[in-house]
Amino acid sequence: MNQQMMELLADGIRETLYMTIVSTIIAYLAGIPLGVISFVTDKQGICKNRAVHFTVGIFINLVRSMPFLILLVAIIPFTRLLVGTTIGSTATIVPLVVAAAPYVARMVESSLKEVNPGVIEAAMSMGSSRFQIIYKVLLPEAKPSLLAGVLISMATILGYSAMAGFVGGGGLGAIAINYGYYRYQTDIMLITVALLVLIVQLFQEVGMRIVSRTDRRR
Amino acid sequence: MIRLEHITKEFSSKNKKITAVNDVSLHIKKGEIYGIIGFSGAGKSTLVRCINLLEIPTAGRVYFENKELTSAGEKELRTARQKMGMIFQQFNLLEQRSVLENICYPLEIEKMPKKERTARAKELLELVDMEEKANAYPSRLSGGQKQRTAIARALATNPEVLLCDEATSALDPIATRSILALLKKINEMLGVTIIIISHEMQVVEQICDRVAVMSNGMIQESGEVKEVFLNPKSKTARQLILPDKDEAGLDAGRVYRQMLIELPEDEEKKNLVREFFRRNKIYFKEGENGA
Repeated sequence: MNQQMMELLADGIRETLYMTIVSTIIAYLAGIPLGVISFVTDKQGICKNRAVHFTVGIFINLVRSMPFLILLVAIIPFTRLLVGTTIGSTATIVPLVVAAAPYVARMVESSLKEVNPGVIEAAMSMGSSRFQIIYKVLLPEAKPSLLAGVLISMATILGYSAMAGFVGGGGLGAIAINYGYYRYQTDIMLITVALLVLIVQLFQEVGMRIVSRTDRRR
Repeated sequence: MIRLEHITKEFSSKNKKITAVNDVSLHIKKGEIYGIIGFSGAGKSTLVRCINLLEIPTAGRVYFENKELTSAGEKELRTARQKMGMIFQQFNLLEQRSVLENICYPLEIEKMPKKERTARAKELLELVDMEEKANAYPSRLSGGQKQRTAIARALATNPEVLLCDEATSALDPIATRSILALLKKINEMLGVTIIIISHEMQVVEQICDRVAVMSNGMIQESGEVKEVFLNPKSKTARQLILPDKDEAGLDAGRVYRQMLIELPEDEEKKNLVREFFRRNKIYFKEGENGA
């Protein structure tokens, strides 16, 4: 493998990491409030509200049921409006966030469901406001589960980012498609796949170590 | 101090309506330890949750220090709740917080500055005898230690009342005894009014001043613990005092109660008698009473 190829792959790794990490962060900024709203407005929730719960649920399911490749193409006008272009890694972040945020919302919601309802009741008995319950009880108590969710979301977003290579996104996915697929360079294809696997492994390993270190239950 | 007037709580599921609490009126005096006893499903946990409005009664009024809570706004209710501590069967500690941080939680809610919070929490740790566990996490504690932490947390805001929902039901006999002793100490030292929910007569008998016997969502009888214990009128009370339902069992119950009265003020001996009868489920035939 020559110098040029190495540089290409290094760029690919950088771009993939950039897309994945930035998308995960933005997806969580949107997904956490969405997941919290869905959780607290549920039947047993602390701000029971059927209309809100139903609406949020519909919205999440709607986006979640759309195949990513279709979503990617469907929101091209929106992407152009937001970043001015539809190709490259920054442009890919837009559909990645749109696809991942509802996914993240569901992950957050299921993490919150693991919090012992008795603890929420105890917090209420001490005169906590709803807002205090959310940021002092629900989120901190669910933290290990939320962090584990981040790892799963990251791997999913990484997979999506590779798909975006088909429609002009950057990163390792684009390299695999442009060199490995269109130009029949099987070696490049294999290397990119191996790199993607490696990145996911790395995230998972390092992440789980952090999770178990921060979990006070063991 | 606390007055419940005609409290009714109904739960409605799809096609059934369950009346968990049915027209209950109670008056709990300042500084007393009041027991509410009954078998599981009697509605006692629902009733105690109506006191701090964790459950909103379907009908009836709750008064706390002459303020009606059932008509209070959310802010007023939260302030009232800060004056009513509560502990639970399953402790309900924050698992991601250390013992000290758990005790600090209600003080954070009150927006007490951090330094004062820690100082206050340390005082409470001393009160419940948990100083050396300040930085431990709940998963590392025994049941008794968890309940001590929960008690300290419930007392952090200097409440007037402590609600105990089956607080010793998940504990072994030794831990139960030490938690009850701690509750008694808190009642005497700090003058905190205590309301205890339990299905164990032993618990009520050991520390309560007055007791209400509940079944089917209603209060069957109430009065001084000694009165109810020696002369139970309702069927539920009789079953609770001596679990055996048949005639022979009731006779044994009378003997058992008499022995307890006649014994001098010696808790240890009394406890021995209690243990003996309970363990052996002794039956007395007619005529052998007092033997």
